[in-house]
Amino acid sequence: MNEPINQISFKKEFTSQLNHPGSLLLYLLIILSAVFTISILFLIIGYILYKGIPNINLKMFEWNYNKENLSMLPTIINTLILTFLSLLFSVPVGVGSALYLVEYQKRSNKFVRLIQLTTQTLAGIPSIIYGLFGFLLFVVGLSWGYSLLGGALTLSIMVLPVIMNTTEESLKSVPDLYREGSYGLGVGKIRTIFHVVLPAALPGIVNGIILATGRVVGETAALIYTSGTVARVPSSIMGSGRSLAVQMYTLLSEGLYMDQAYACGVVLIVMVVLLNFTSSLLTKNESRN
Amino acid sequence: MNQTKIKDNLFRFLLLIIASLSIVAVLLICFFLFYNGLPAIFKIGPANFLFGMQWNPEKDVYGIFPMIVASLYVTAGSLLFGVPIGLFTAVFLSKYCGKRLHAFIKPVVDLLAGIPSIIFGFFGLSVIVPMVQSFFHTNGKGILTASLLLGIMILPTIISISENALNALPESYYEGALGLGATKEQAVFKTMIPAASSGIFTAIVLALGRSIGETMAVVMVAGNAAVMPKSVLSMVRTLTSNIILEMGYASGLHREALIGTGVVLFVFILIINFVLLLFKKSYE
Repeated sequence: MNEPINQISFKKEFTSQLNHPGSLLLYLLIILSAVFTISILFLIIGYILYKGIPNINLKMFEWNYNKENLSMLPTIINTLILTFLSLLFSVPVGVGSALYLVEYQKRSNKFVRLIQLTTQTLAGIPSIIYGLFGFLLFVVGLSWGYSLLGGALTLSIMVLPVIMNTTEESLKSVPDLYREGSYGLGVGKIRTIFHVVLPAALPGIVNGIILATGRVVGETAALIYTSGTVARVPSSIMGSGRSLAVQMYTLLSEGLYMDQAYACGVVLIVMVVLLNFTSSLLTKNESRN
Repeated sequence: MNQTKIKDNLFRFLLLIIASLSIVAVLLICFFLFYNGLPAIFKIGPANFLFGMQWNPEKDVYGIFPMIVASLYVTAGSLLFGVPIGLFTAVFLSKYCGKRLHAFIKPVVDLLAGIPSIIFGFFGLSVIVPMVQSFFHTNGKGILTASLLLGIMILPTIISISENALNALPESYYEGALGLGATKEQAVFKTMIPAASSGIFTAIVLALGRSIGETMAVVMVAGNAAVMPKSVLSMVRTLTSNIILEMGYASGLHREALIGTGVVLFVFILIINFVLLLFKKSYE
């Protein structure tokens, strides 16, 4: 009797579906697809962990990589260096561009449109094309040879759209009231940006940085022919060194070291899951505020 | 007062330069690819390069037609698997799950988007390849396997963009249909999905771009034979695989031909971007 009229009980819905076999079929497909999507993720993660964890041992975290001990440590350090360097370039450029677009330009401006078009283009370019470009510019053009710096610069262009888009969105979500309040107190534009707008937009910017880190950590195709495949930590950033993901690929393509490749996969998956977890925590907090 | 104004203008100018860097990046990428790739294409002959059936670097024969076909087949196959499943999942997220379940599934989809392609490739190699192997009694690698794997990889793109498109519709579309006596499914598939078709189209085109450009996952499961495919189980080599497989040791015309392969891929991507742009414009 007290059933709310804007809700349908499961039983009612089911009987109505029995009268419409087409709807029932669609309903089943919808449920099956959702179950498939969720289970495939857990299957992938579970499978890599199941195969990889037994193959992880402390020896894999030793300083030197050699034929007997395919240590992961150098490649993990290279991954960190690559991440740091690429963020060093992409964060100032990404945040700066977003600031210019949101704080200094009107929405429908032609320049804004052009920048949006180019970021869209950058976001759509596959990583192998970035790899080719990095190879042609840094390795051949500037004759640096394979180097961490070349790889990092290539990646920094690749993740630029990620940082720009997230920063732009979070700048736009800062209420104009904040800016007006600050101007009303006689504060200049630059100080308003650095002391009011950027702090308010920080969670979104950090989220962009985390997403970008995730892409750098997992990137392979753009790195093989830019930072190369030497399994050591180079003495300078002009030396070649492979990241963890590249190590995983080379181990796989050699075909002899499946166990070690699984172990790399575990470390890679753990990194990516942690990064994603932090990112979703951040967005959750943001939407709650 | 005057000093702050100068500072203000300087800062504005600095930001302008920074903002222009992304334009510079796109131009640089175009320049380096075309400058290094086009001469080879003309040296080989555009027709011989694009429609040549043979890729044999030892004899200096460079025809990439089998790879273009392979890329298109694999991409089409991935859309065949990925689009329905992705769209149905988006419908589930938008209309069939409670807030709590949504709060669980959304991060799962995001995480799927964040899994590196090398991990997907590894998973494909050690799970999907043996599956296809035992089912069809081939060696397991080929168009079908690559399509399945890519179909999974494009799910997050399709799901999140389609879900946004569905959620952006006025609730009255859905409620109106229900009020007229439609079932929930009829309401979704006959009113909401047609109304959200522009968003769904965008999702499909972006997924297409991701599929055609994917390298690491495809190279591990497609078999990499540079010949025309005979069936969906044939081993193929895509444009992307061709670059990653041979760039390491190529030199001279061989290397230039690989860059030419990249140019062809890049042109495909530019066309996809252009279609999206035109489409968005026509909707505005």
